[in-house]
Amino acid sequence: MTGLRIAVAALVLAGLGACTQAPPPAVVTDPYAGSRYTGTLPGGSLPGVTAEDFRRTAGDTVLFPENDAALDGTARATLVRQAEWLKRNGSFSSVVEGHSDEQGTREYNLALGARRASAVQEYLISQGVEAGRIRTSSFGKERPIEVCSDPACQAQNRRAVTVVAPGAGV
Amino acid sequence: MPFSVSLARLSLALAAAVVLAGPVAAQDAAAPLALPAAEDEGPLRIEITGGQVEAMPIAIAPFFDEGGAAEMAARIQQVVTADLTGTDLFREIPASAHVARPSGFDDPVAYPDWRAINAEALILGSVAVRDGQVTARFRLFDVFSGQPLGDGMQFDAPEAGWRRVAHKLADQVYARITGEGPYFDSRVTFVSETGPKDARLKRIGIMDYDGANPLWVTDDSALVVSPRFSPDGSQLLYTSFGNGMPQVMLMDVATVQSRPLKQEAGTMSFAPRFSPDSRWIVYSREKGGNTDIWQMDVATGAERPLTETAAIETSPSYSPDGRQIVFESDQSGTQQIYVMPADGSAEPARISFGEGSYGTPAWSPTGDLIAFTKRNGDKFHIGVMRPDGTEEKLLTESFLDEGPTWAPNGRVVMFTRQTPGGDGTPRLHSVDVTGRNMRPLSIEGAASDPDWGPLLP
Repeated sequence: MTGLRIAVAALVLAGLGACTQAPPPAVVTDPYAGSRYTGTLPGGSLPGVTAEDFRRTAGDTVLFPENDAALDGTARATLVRQAEWLKRNGSFSSVVEGHSDEQGTREYNLALGARRASAVQEYLISQGVEAGRIRTSSFGKERPIEVCSDPACQAQNRRAVTVVAPGAGV
Repeated sequence: MPFSVSLARLSLALAAAVVLAGPVAAQDAAAPLALPAAEDEGPLRIEITGGQVEAMPIAIAPFFDEGGAAEMAARIQQVVTADLTGTDLFREIPASAHVARPSGFDDPVAYPDWRAINAEALILGSVAVRDGQVTARFRLFDVFSGQPLGDGMQFDAPEAGWRRVAHKLADQVYARITGEGPYFDSRVTFVSETGPKDARLKRIGIMDYDGANPLWVTDDSALVVSPRFSPDGSQLLYTSFGNGMPQVMLMDVATVQSRPLKQEAGTMSFAPRFSPDSRWIVYSREKGGNTDIWQMDVATGAERPLTETAAIETSPSYSPDGRQIVFESDQSGTQQIYVMPADGSAEPARISFGEGSYGTPAWSPTGDLIAFTKRNGDKFHIGVMRPDGTEEKLLTESFLDEGPTWAPNGRVVMFTRQTPGGDGTPRLHSVDVTGRNMRPLSIEGAASDPDWGPLLP
């Protein structure tokens, strides 16, 4: 309040002194003046920790037997790698999405996908990943990755996919 | 407001039954009906549940135009005919074969002329259109006994509601001859599907029972599944993935406004259904990988679990008296069907014991049957059984049939049939409770998850 009053007073004084003269424009200094591009650093950009890196090095998908949420040796090996990656990259959180094949009813498959996602979540926690960094969801049979109806395709669709993203998640 | 085509207000007026010229003496009781008559030599009757039935030949005299209705009369007659013959219980005798040419709606009926072409039932109709209102009258006759079958009736509706007039009229014919409840004047909510199988877009539609007049009540921006009508058809429950997790939504159909039902963070909810008195919603709730059935008081939002097992419990459906809930559980190791008291006060009793697994039970509105999806080996079936699990009967067989829903009269079941392969497409089909008259619904494009609403007022 005081400051404002002083400012007004100053304005009044300036007006009195110079009669109709406008106040002088403020001087603007360009903070970037004189800066310039001086070339690329040797060695390229910083080594990126990305979701792609997770998919490539750990593998984001585990498969399940028919109508089941059991984790076999291959699945557990993948999850061990996922857990190591998540522990190394503490700034990432994850959502485990459970899926089913098309051979089943829609609502049961939603529940089955959730059961699979939860099995993955529990295994990752058992491998030392903080529980708060892993959420789960289920798409049931809504989002197949393979569209054919052969057993080989169905097997690829009975899956849980761990999706990682920087940040704490919600 | 896509739904502002609000359901036509249809007044159902009983027209003064005009006396027909001289009551024809009752015909020989053993009239040569091609159909098994009801017990005794009763009135004209098709017994739907009586196994093999031959379609009853009916004649529909060209509907009379009683003012401004030349085109409308033909349209209404066409829908009436499609409703009746679509059941496969009736066969239309084409007008070209008619001998009698009645000159007016109130003319005496020349029964011998109709008998001559072996018509067992005769429908006379008249239509007038005035000031945007359509008025239709009809009478139904039992040709062999030479008697009207019930009173004549009159239906009035805004012109846009003309299809409902036709359905109401056909419903009367169907109900009087079969003795079953009507169902043509009803709507179905369903999911319309577009796009490739691995990136399907889905939106919720509402259409007439025969696939006409589809309206879209959601866009395809969020994945949506399994819409279900409230008992009076004014609300829809459905499951949306809009926030990344399956979540039950409640929509007011008239305003197309939806709201999510209360949901604890980190849990999923799906498979919702109303109780017959609309007081409760039962649904599945998943937490920590386990799915149980919960019940919500619609008025207060108070919730409680009805099952508490480590197994998956889902797809609950109320009995029409609201006292029991049928649902599926895999607590035995495979999906099976169970019945429990609606308040969860007693242990559920398993009712499915056949080979294979059973899911998506739906209690018939007449209470006598439970429809289900059955998987056995590499085949799926829609079937029905008594509420105690007896008299199991499979109605269909295919690569993938699922999710039966009942016509308001409990005599027809609609379901989703999906073909196999990369271009495999779901389509809606219906079948009689006897397994007869399997047919695809004529709607454009792929569709799934039908839920048959109530008979309209």
